[in-house]
Amino acid sequence: MTKILLIMLGAILVENFIFSRFFGICPFLGVSEKPDTAVGMGFAVMFVMTLSSAATSLVYDYLLVRFDLEYLSTIVFIVIIASLVQFIEMFLKKLLPSLYSAVGIYLPLITTNCAVLGAALLNIEEGRGFLESVVFGFSAAAGFTLALVIFAGVRARMRENNIPKSFRGSPIALIAAGLIAMAFAGFSGISL
Amino acid sequence: MSPVLTAFLVLAAVGAILGVMLAAASRIFAVKTDERCEKIQALLPGANCGGCGYAGCGALAEAIVRGEAPTSACKAGGPETSEKIAAVMGKKPEAFVRMRAQVMCSGSRGKTKRLYEYQGLEDCSAALRAGGGDKACPYGCIGHGSCAAACAFGAISLVDGVAAVDPDKCRGCGTCVSACPKGIIKLIPFDAVYWVGCMSEDKGAQTRTYCEAGCIACRICEKNCPTGAISVVGGRAQIDYSKCDACGVCYEKCPRKIIVTSRERVILSV
Repeated sequence: MTKILLIMLGAILVENFIFSRFFGICPFLGVSEKPDTAVGMGFAVMFVMTLSSAATSLVYDYLLVRFDLEYLSTIVFIVIIASLVQFIEMFLKKLLPSLYSAVGIYLPLITTNCAVLGAALLNIEEGRGFLESVVFGFSAAAGFTLALVIFAGVRARMRENNIPKSFRGSPIALIAAGLIAMAFAGFSGISL
Repeated sequence: MSPVLTAFLVLAAVGAILGVMLAAASRIFAVKTDERCEKIQALLPGANCGGCGYAGCGALAEAIVRGEAPTSACKAGGPETSEKIAAVMGKKPEAFVRMRAQVMCSGSRGKTKRLYEYQGLEDCSAALRAGGGDKACPYGCIGHGSCAAACAFGAISLVDGVAAVDPDKCRGCGTCVSACPKGIIKLIPFDAVYWVGCMSEDKGAQTRTYCEAGCIACRICEKNCPTGAISVVGGRAQIDYSKCDACGVCYEKCPRKIIVTSRERVILSV
């Protein structure tokens, strides 16, 4: 139980996917313009990352290890995650239209999201079992959502400021992201 | 079996299984979408200006197909788009009056008194909070271009401290009308020749103290209008375009030249 809690805390704060591992920077900059789209994207990532961690963990343990094909993990995971996202999209569109209208437009963005693939690969690197992988996937995505929502708030504040012309848009966003990353670096002092 | 062959077979098998599953899923979970939605969306301008009141062109297309919005709901697309959408929907095209936005203020830099030098954020709402803007007139254009930033068609520019709409670029969507914190942008018929370039509701004597281009509600236009299209209500003249026949009497009689014409432009473009 302690181990599960440590995995969660570690994935959300200490090794936050965005501010400490620098995964998924593209959606981080792209979807953080407004807090509500940030939350929508965050939930979509949580949903996909939990399922993909489960699927990739099973495939790794029962297929790749069995045939001594651990070195194929990257390519196999890419294929699995891409198909899984497609499948989820179709599934939601048909059976849960309300959820689809909330997170549907973010799903194609996740198909090739490196954060999702990163979670799957980190799971096998750390030698996590099925349950731990699922927990890690979920918490890493929760950390991603946290980062996205914090940054959306920062961006909302920045909009009200008179930023020098050469810094408008991406430059000031990256500077702000760097400052938040430094703040998050404070968590690295916690030894888990 | 050689490792290369195993790798090849496993990867091929994974790919094949996932492919078949996705193909099956796309059959099982197929959702019927109305093809008219896509057709209408292709006809709409795609600027997502929001002038129709929906979240974007896609949302409007769905609303038209559901029958919630009229086929002429897109003002920005103009009568042609309206007709084409009506054809897709199999309905009669509705009457469409092309509108354009007009900033009802002529208080440019030299004409309106300034209270102070504003050096804040280039945004009308921000300037409005700083004592109502730097212009002395509480009704006039603040001139920091919130409307220009809102316009999806690049039709608005700032000319001498007052926003000016380029009628050729304006599609009449009305986004600027709601973007203006002072509410001085109005939609008028595209071929309107005359309009009143002032929104001041103050009494004439007071208006005169802060703006040279302000309506003083002298009622000369109202008395001289042969069709009764002009009325002075709430301290300023207003034109009823359903009655106006563009004779130009008001334009000639106005002692302060508040009534503005586009006649020169119209003749040039013809």
